[in-house]
Amino acid sequence: MNTTSQELDQKQAVTALRRKDLLGIAELSPGEIELVLDTAEAMKEVGTRPIKKVPALRGKTVVNLFYEPSTRTRTSFEIAEKRLSADTLNIAIGTSSVVKGETLADTALNLEAMSPDMIVLRHASSGACHFLSRVCRSAIINAGDGMHEHPTQALLDAFTIRERKKRLAGLKIAIIGDLLHSRVLRSNIHLLTKLGANVWVCGPPTLIPADIRRFGVTATSAVEEAVHDADVIMLLRIQLERMEGAYFPSLREYFRVFGMTEARLQLARPDVMIMHPGPMNRGVEIASEVADGPYSVILDQVANGVAVRMAVLYLLAGGAEHEEAA
Amino acid sequence: MKRLLKGGRVVDPANGVDGVHDLLIEDGRIARVGRDLPVEGATVVEIPAGFVVCPGLIDMHVHLREPGQEHKETVATGVASAVAGGFTAVACMPNTSPVNDNANVTSLILARANEANLARVYPIGAVSKGSKGELLADIAELKQAGCVAITDDGHPVATALLMRRALEYAGMFGMPVIEHCEDPTLKGDGVAHEGFHASSLGLRGIPGAAEALGVERGVLLSELTGSAFHVAHMSARASMRAVRKGKEAGVRVTCEVAPHHFTLTDEALASPIPYDTNVKMNPPLREAADRDAMLAGIADGTVDAIATDHAPHHYDEKKVEFDRAPFGIVGLETAVPLALDRLVHAGLIRLPRLVELMSAAPARILRVAGGSLAPGSAADITILAPDLKVRIRASQLRSRSKNTPFDGWELRGGVAATIVGGRTVYVNPETVMGSGVI
Repeated sequence: MNTTSQELDQKQAVTALRRKDLLGIAELSPGEIELVLDTAEAMKEVGTRPIKKVPALRGKTVVNLFYEPSTRTRTSFEIAEKRLSADTLNIAIGTSSVVKGETLADTALNLEAMSPDMIVLRHASSGACHFLSRVCRSAIINAGDGMHEHPTQALLDAFTIRERKKRLAGLKIAIIGDLLHSRVLRSNIHLLTKLGANVWVCGPPTLIPADIRRFGVTATSAVEEAVHDADVIMLLRIQLERMEGAYFPSLREYFRVFGMTEARLQLARPDVMIMHPGPMNRGVEIASEVADGPYSVILDQVANGVAVRMAVLYLLAGGAEHEEAA
Repeated sequence: MKRLLKGGRVVDPANGVDGVHDLLIEDGRIARVGRDLPVEGATVVEIPAGFVVCPGLIDMHVHLREPGQEHKETVATGVASAVAGGFTAVACMPNTSPVNDNANVTSLILARANEANLARVYPIGAVSKGSKGELLADIAELKQAGCVAITDDGHPVATALLMRRALEYAGMFGMPVIEHCEDPTLKGDGVAHEGFHASSLGLRGIPGAAEALGVERGVLLSELTGSAFHVAHMSARASMRAVRKGKEAGVRVTCEVAPHHFTLTDEALASPIPYDTNVKMNPPLREAADRDAMLAGIADGTVDAIATDHAPHHYDEKKVEFDRAPFGIVGLETAVPLALDRLVHAGLIRLPRLVELMSAAPARILRVAGGSLAPGSAADITILAPDLKVRIRASQLRSRSKNTPFDGWELRGGVAATIVGGRTVYVNPETVMGSGVI
């Protein structure tokens, strides 16, 4: 048997996420990623029905534990959970005992004592989800940990690209912005390189992580080079508080050197897609004309987020196997 | 009272001894070293073939946490850990609570050491009051109370000017200044070595240059003042280069390397346990090129000493998110197995060089007794079982804290027994000596 057909066999064998948690894209195989994307297509159809609900997670309890403010991601998870008929519970910092100085481990163990099936965790510390997965029996879904990963964002980005371009392999994808502090970047690099895309990353040298080339990407600070013939341009948020770290002189200067303008867009392929994980800083990393223009798929990303998160929840709960057993 | 250690391989580089010899202990001191010494009424302790008798090991960089952080370690538990690790003496850092910047704290530490009566304890005083980097501590008072060196360890000495003054002033008493070398602005809020693994895991990085800047500053100021400057827990290849250049230029600079820095790399951040807080220390585990530079410095003589930077932390403090965990690991009971396995059995150095690194050199740098088996010296002796199969078990450590990344490691080489002032203070039950008379 040659290698290609072996790979095919393995790929066909992937019908469930046989893992307890979704901690990052780094741990996923290309087959697992494609399984999530394929499942998300079916889930997307649920969102078009008059009654947008299926019983897949009926009787399951999902806790959304958010230690950082989030509108988009938390809402998206909550809608996904409700469409799958799960019982959901939102805990946000400031409304819980964490303000009394309880540790993350103790909070999680207390929650776990009430037997949830899954914990969706957003936390400012890189590795918080790995840590929790060692403490808890519940499935942990990473909704963004520090500067590490944001796997469901990368999955919804890939879903959105695949929906338009029908493939990821061979596409030139330029990711531009604050690379250093971005968990979206790290998850996207893992995912896009695993599926064969040609990934370029671009930003000021002060915001490029050490040894970034070992991830299998091309790094540059020349934005024209990154954008040239790109199939997809993904802008990353410039966090305004980073100014204090003197990573760059001013937002105005950042926009001058790296901002995505209509002029720069001309260098990309004519069918280029403009993406942004949000929240956007108009006039900093992206000109409003580009954000609101015909190439922008930013709102499609948000819409697809629900379908992708439904797929992740469903597959981690056991997918079709779980449903048959029930 | 006389005891004759019979038939061991005596390794005493300070006196050029390496061979099978007998060693006679009389009234807590070494009386004679030689072949086939007469028994003459001494209790005979047969040293098994292959075991090594060497001057007691000295760890010149430990944190005993008392006073103030007794939930992590006390002087008593720290010295129990030390003797189980083969150390007959330790030098303890001043970052206690309160800081050891005055004779009261020094005296308390020495009193506790005296009560414990296991390893010798040499307190190290603070450079500045409260280690705040503003005013010099009362260094003469510290010296008189028993401190052997000064440092603001945990942090670098705040300014170049204060470091200059510390070197000049401590030089008057023949005390070295030990420096935690680090440019705090370049370190920033970093928690791991800046490189591929920190990038991948999303951890804020600390470049090797942050340490090397501190080393370069110290070497320059040591040259300016003519005083002895010692680099603590060195980890970066650029630091090694700076020390090597300084030594070539005749500067009075010495340095130490910790076992974790010659054993592990930043790959340990990712596996086997991602974000394990027991691989978080400062300076951080660095990349392979840095680790290899530490090994090269140990082999070529640039590195003077091996010191553990034993840094106990309670498990509650380590059982948190990676960036919230304190820096540091325990090291007293893993140093000898790591050094024998990774340095001696790996063929990098021979045993006499290891004894130099772990005994003679620390004694010389701190200007304390020990490091030699010359007749008349206190009988501080470590007996090594260089071929013993050792399995590190965190739960079995004598230290009050168990924060080690080496749990479950199997290593070749261990400690058989530890003798302080002629008194056996530790016998390893897993060696044949455990059942014999010692």
